[in-house]
Amino acid sequence: MIALLIRDLRLAVRAGGGFGLGLAFFLLVAVLVPLGVGPEGRVLAMIAPGILWVGALLACLLSLDRIFALDFEDGSLDLLATAPIPLEGVVAVKALAHWLVTGLPLTLAAPVLAVLLNLPVSGFGWLVLSLAIGTPALSVIGAFGAALTVGLKRGGLLLSLLVLPLYVPTLIFGAEVVRRGTAGLETGTPLALLAAITLASAALLPFAAAAAIRVNLR
Amino acid sequence: MDLEIDNLSVSRGGVTVLEGVGFRLRPGAALVLRGPNGIGKTTLLRSIAGLQPATVGEISAPPEAIAYAAHADGLKSMLTVTENLRFWAAVHGGAGVEPALQRMNLASLRDRQAANLSAGQKRRLGLARLLVTGRPVWVLDEPTVSLDAASVTLFGEVIRDHLAAGGSALIATHIDLGIPGAETLDLSPFRARPPEQGGPAGAFDAAFGGDFA
Repeated sequence: MIALLIRDLRLAVRAGGGFGLGLAFFLLVAVLVPLGVGPEGRVLAMIAPGILWVGALLACLLSLDRIFALDFEDGSLDLLATAPIPLEGVVAVKALAHWLVTGLPLTLAAPVLAVLLNLPVSGFGWLVLSLAIGTPALSVIGAFGAALTVGLKRGGLLLSLLVLPLYVPTLIFGAEVVRRGTAGLETGTPLALLAAITLASAALLPFAAAAAIRVNLR
Repeated sequence: MDLEIDNLSVSRGGVTVLEGVGFRLRPGAALVLRGPNGIGKTTLLRSIAGLQPATVGEISAPPEAIAYAAHADGLKSMLTVTENLRFWAAVHGGAGVEPALQRMNLASLRDRQAANLSAGQKRRLGLARLLVTGRPVWVLDEPTVSLDAASVTLFGEVIRDHLAAGGSALIATHIDLGIPGAETLDLSPFRARPPEQGGPAGAFDAAFGGDFA
């Protein structure tokens, strides 16, 4: 399993891999929104939590179809399905690799980009915390969507349509944590719900995704 | 390990393609599957490898005993030959890759990216994976595609060594690999009959009795 993680990370950072794609998209969103909205510091500060979370979510979505499609095309997925490691483990490791390549860099870059959106400094910690807790759910839910659409030609559109509704709770609670944190309000409830979504997806969805892959490989 | 297949039916896309297939593969033996295109050789091999369930029948060997090699080699073009092989070795429990590289005549290509290999070289690397799995039953689907004559001979020797070491091989191929004692099974007699002649009904016919035909 560690070998699979290392392989996926190595592939991501080599030329043609997915590393940087999500981060560049996130950067573009954070740079372009202030230009589009105008130099209204107060307005920007108000919409910053939502914009940053939507940007992170779409950046994650961008690289989802690579999770299984590439392995399906070159036959690796067949061979992984017959390998001694359980397919559930393969899904979990690939979701983890996806998070390390997209979710983690987004989390670390978020405070820098929050400056562009005039998010008050008091919200930076909450932004990083909410992204760190919430983005793993985006990767796991995305891996489930990718497993459902593996083998479909140009399944990217279907994947986006399937996954977006599942992303909504994470988005709502993630942005709510930042909004309440910035305003100095109590954040325990949205934070707990955000963590619950991540833990539940990480616990359940690898099994669902593995079942979907088995059906799609037939 | 014995691979015993009894009265096996397999289907592709919901349509039964082969029925009543049965054979027994003992350690040290090789069985060559033949049959016209589309008869279901790949479907049969995928079922035996555990990638899809058989509609009827039993396969005695567990999927853990079977090393499957299909048309696609499962190579990552951005990784080198050694990295590709080392990954599969690690997945299968960490055998050394050096003997396999030497055996498949890939030692001089070890640091080359898979993207820069020729089709035949990729195929050799894909087959080298079999050596690092350490599994006794090899299930091979057209293993010699894009191999030149010298590589076919080389691979024939690799299979002979595998058999001599107590392994077995089930091979769908149309060329002679030069394996002494290999039996041949023609799949044509096992072609599934249409439902009118007593063959298995498809899911639609089973549900609606075929009355609408």
